[in-house]
Amino acid sequence: MAEKVVGFAGRPDSNPDIKPFWDAATEGRFLIKACTTCGRAHWYPRAVCPFCMSDRTEWREGSGQGTIYSFSVMQRAPVPYAIAYVTLEDGPTMMTNIVDCDFSGLRIGQKVRLVFKPTEGGPPVPMFTPV
Amino acid sequence: MSVKGKAYIAGIYEHPTRRAPDKSVAQLHAECAKGALEDAGLTRDDVDGYFCAGDAPGMGPLSMVDYMNLKCRHIDATDIGGSSYLAHVAHAAEAIAAGRCNVALITLAGRPRSEGMATGTAPRLGNPAQPDLQFEYPYSPTVVNMYAMCAMRHMHEFGTTSEQLAWIKVAASHHAQYNPHAMLPDVVTVQDVVNSPIVASPLHRLDCCVISDGGGALVIVRPEIAASLNRPKVKVIGMGEAVKGQMGGNVDLTYSGARFSGPAAFAMAGVKPSDIQYASIYDSFTITVLVQLEDLGFCEKGQGGRFVADGNLIAGQGKLPFNTDGGGLCNNHPANRGGITKVIEAVRQLRGEAHPKVQVKDCSLALAHGTGGSLGTRHGSATLIMERE
Repeated sequence: MAEKVVGFAGRPDSNPDIKPFWDAATEGRFLIKACTTCGRAHWYPRAVCPFCMSDRTEWREGSGQGTIYSFSVMQRAPVPYAIAYVTLEDGPTMMTNIVDCDFSGLRIGQKVRLVFKPTEGGPPVPMFTPV
Repeated sequence: MSVKGKAYIAGIYEHPTRRAPDKSVAQLHAECAKGALEDAGLTRDDVDGYFCAGDAPGMGPLSMVDYMNLKCRHIDATDIGGSSYLAHVAHAAEAIAAGRCNVALITLAGRPRSEGMATGTAPRLGNPAQPDLQFEYPYSPTVVNMYAMCAMRHMHEFGTTSEQLAWIKVAASHHAQYNPHAMLPDVVTVQDVVNSPIVASPLHRLDCCVISDGGGALVIVRPEIAASLNRPKVKVIGMGEAVKGQMGGNVDLTYSGARFSGPAAFAMAGVKPSDIQYASIYDSFTITVLVQLEDLGFCEKGQGGRFVADGNLIAGQGKLPFNTDGGGLCNNHPANRGGITKVIEAVRQLRGEAHPKVQVKDCSLALAHGTGGSLGTRHGSATLIMERE
C-alpha cells in the first residue's frame, strides 16, 4: 500500500514555546505538557495551563500508551488514512493518525501505542498503532 | 439590558444562483444586499450598520462597505464560520437596542463550486501561529472526517445508526423537491443514503451537504422602522452564542456548543423547545443536525437517532419540521457557510412565505441555529428564536 505523505505546518520554531516538543520528537521522545500549579496534564501543549491559567507548566515524558476515543477512515483520499482521537494513559486526548494496520479492524476503546512517523520538511510527528 | 424584542428582521434575500462562474464574490454580496433591501422596502441610504464575516473579500468589512458605498456608524466582522450570520443578527439587535444603528445589513456570499474547491475532503493549511495547527495539520483533518469522528463516537455511546442519520437527509430531500432553486431536488430514501459511497467512515456521500455558489442577506431594523414597513413583522426574541473546543484535552465529541447557546436563547425568549413550531438546524452533515437537536433540547442526549427517524423532521408529517428549503443537505450551502439561509427560511416560515407544500400552519415561533468551524475540533454556536408579531 502506498504511504501517505505527512505534511508539517511551519517550522519547529514557529512557536518558540513549543520548540522543545519538536526537538524531543526529533530524538524519538514524546513530551506532554503538565501544570506544576494544578498538577494536570493537557493537550495540545501550551505555555499557559488551560485549566488554571498558571504559567508554571513543564514538559514531561509521555508513556506513549493510549486507547482510541474515536476515529474515521478517510476513504475519499488518494491514499486512505485513519484519523483518530487517542486518549493517552497520561490523561489528555489528542488528535493523531492510526497507522501500520488494517483499518477495517479498528474500534473505539482499542489499545494503541506511539510510533513516530516522518514528515515532509518537518520533524517526526506522533502517531499510533494497535498494540 | 435585555434586547428581547428590540429588533425585527425586515428584509431577507437568498441568491437564486447555485453556480456563478461569471460573477465576482463582491458582486454576489452586493446583489444579495440589494435583494434584501428591496424585500424590506428600504434603500441603500437607509443602511447605517453593516455586518459580514470571513467570506467577504478584503479586510473585515472595509472592502464591502466601500464597494457598496455605504455610510455606516456601526460595523461588525465577527467570524465564527457558518454560524457567524446568526451571531450577526444578535449583535445587530444589541447595536440597535443600544442606539448604535437603525438599519443593519448582513451579507454572505461565495463561489466555492466555481472555484473547484475541495471543500470537505482536503486539509487546509493555515497560519502556524494558530496554536493547534502544528498538532493537527500533519494528520490531515478535513471537514468531513472531523464530523465523521463525532458520528462514530455518537454511534458508540448511544447506538445511533447510519439509517437514523439517513432520515435527516431523507427529510431534507422531501422539502427540496418543492424548491425550484435546490441543487438536489430529488427525493431520496434511507437506502439511497446508506448505499452511497463512504467518504469518511461512517459518513456517506449523501450524509454531506452540497457545495454551492451563492449567498444571502438580511436586514435588521428597530421596532419603529419595522412598524412603518409594509411587511410581516418578525421579531428577534432570543439569542445565544458559545464556543466549544477540545477543553485542554478533555475531548467530548458527543455534544456541541448548542448545549450552551440554546438554553441562553430559550431563557431570553421565555419559551421552551416544545413551543417551537419550525426549526432551521445547521446541516453541514446529517450528524450535525442530530447532535444540535439533542443539545437544543428537542430530545434527550443520545435519543437523536430515534427522534429524527421515520420522517419526524418532514413538514406535514413529523413533530418538528426542519429546513423546509431543503437546507444545506439539498438546497444551498453558499461559501461553505450555511448560517444565513437558516435565518432566511425561518423568516419565510414566520411570514407564511414558505412553499405551500412545506409551510407550517400558523407558524408564529421559530428557531434557527448554526455551528461554524468544526464540530470535531473547535466551533462557534449561535441560536436565534424569532416570533411572528
